[in-house]
Amino acid sequence: MIKRMLIMLTLLLTAAIFARLVLNYGEHQELGKLGAHYASQGPAELGAPNLVTAVVVTYRGLDTLGEVTVLFISAAGVGVMLRRRKQVPDDNEARKPSSEIVVTAAQLLLPMIFLFGIYVFVNGHLSPGGGFQGGAIIAAGSLLLLLALPQAEMRHRLISITESLSGFSYVVVGLLGVILAGGFLDNRIMSLGTYGSLFSAGAIPIIYTLIGLKVGSELSAVLDRFRQSD
Amino acid sequence: MTGLPLSLFALATGLALILIGLFGMLTRKNIIRMIIGFSLMDTGVHLVMVAIGYVTGGTAPIIDDAVPAAEAVARVVDPVPSALVLTAIVIGLGVTAVMLAFAIRLYQAKKTLSIDACSESKW
Repeated sequence: MIKRMLIMLTLLLTAAIFARLVLNYGEHQELGKLGAHYASQGPAELGAPNLVTAVVVTYRGLDTLGEVTVLFISAAGVGVMLRRRKQVPDDNEARKPSSEIVVTAAQLLLPMIFLFGIYVFVNGHLSPGGGFQGGAIIAAGSLLLLLALPQAEMRHRLISITESLSGFSYVVVGLLGVILAGGFLDNRIMSLGTYGSLFSAGAIPIIYTLIGLKVGSELSAVLDRFRQSD
Repeated sequence: MTGLPLSLFALATGLALILIGLFGMLTRKNIIRMIIGFSLMDTGVHLVMVAIGYVTGGTAPIIDDAVPAAEAVARVVDPVPSALVLTAIVIGLGVTAVMLAFAIRLYQAKKTLSIDACSESKW
């Protein structure tokens, strides 16, 4: 009884926090100062048409490095908790093979899914998308692979090498910004190029490619852990 | 036109999702349902943040032929909340993965998904 009342009280207090926000809500008519600065100066300063990418990769690049670190730690945590155990040898034989439709579709679609993931993170500075989205698409491709071929062994060596190398290069690119440009993770270590073309916006495509590879391999490794732990 | 701005509905939906998710996390005993509650709450917070960043009549903050740089300030929505939500989605994904790993460990140890099985760690 007391527990139920406490739960209701918690919900009411949470609602009260947001009630003022909802009741007094008036849609913004113009951008705030920070948003206006990014919108007016961003394209000229960084050469990236997609302002969200400019904010994520360069203006708040340090936060993104932290975000990648959090993702790495959670992947490592999943790895520690779901450590592979040596026994359960009979488990794999008992498993039913996947249906033919899934297997055929996986063979047909996998290259396209991976290619689409790469497309999304390479074009992150031009269009909606970026490293995290592209990495998630690649991980979705790995999930399809795991569904189609449950017996398939992922190449853990390759995955962990990709992951560590891209994480390391990300920090190196950030440090190059300190030496060659204005500060840590500054994208102007290379020429900004033609505005709106694929090879433009300085280091942003490089950083997003590295993030995409890192996120894709990390999430694939997490999915593989979940599969092996049943 | 009722006069109510569209983003108010996104805001109210986000608030409703936060409350439903919190209610689910507090009342359910099955750890999978608690994780679903967390995901609902997570999504609700994202919706609230994106709704706050909306500017009346604004479009996606991508400066190209459709939105020339000269008009950018007047025509785009705030890019900062979108960038924050992008970060928040990834962190939410990481937290969910760790929680699911806990759920698997709980099931391996106690052969049940109910958190009542862990009453010895209750204060």
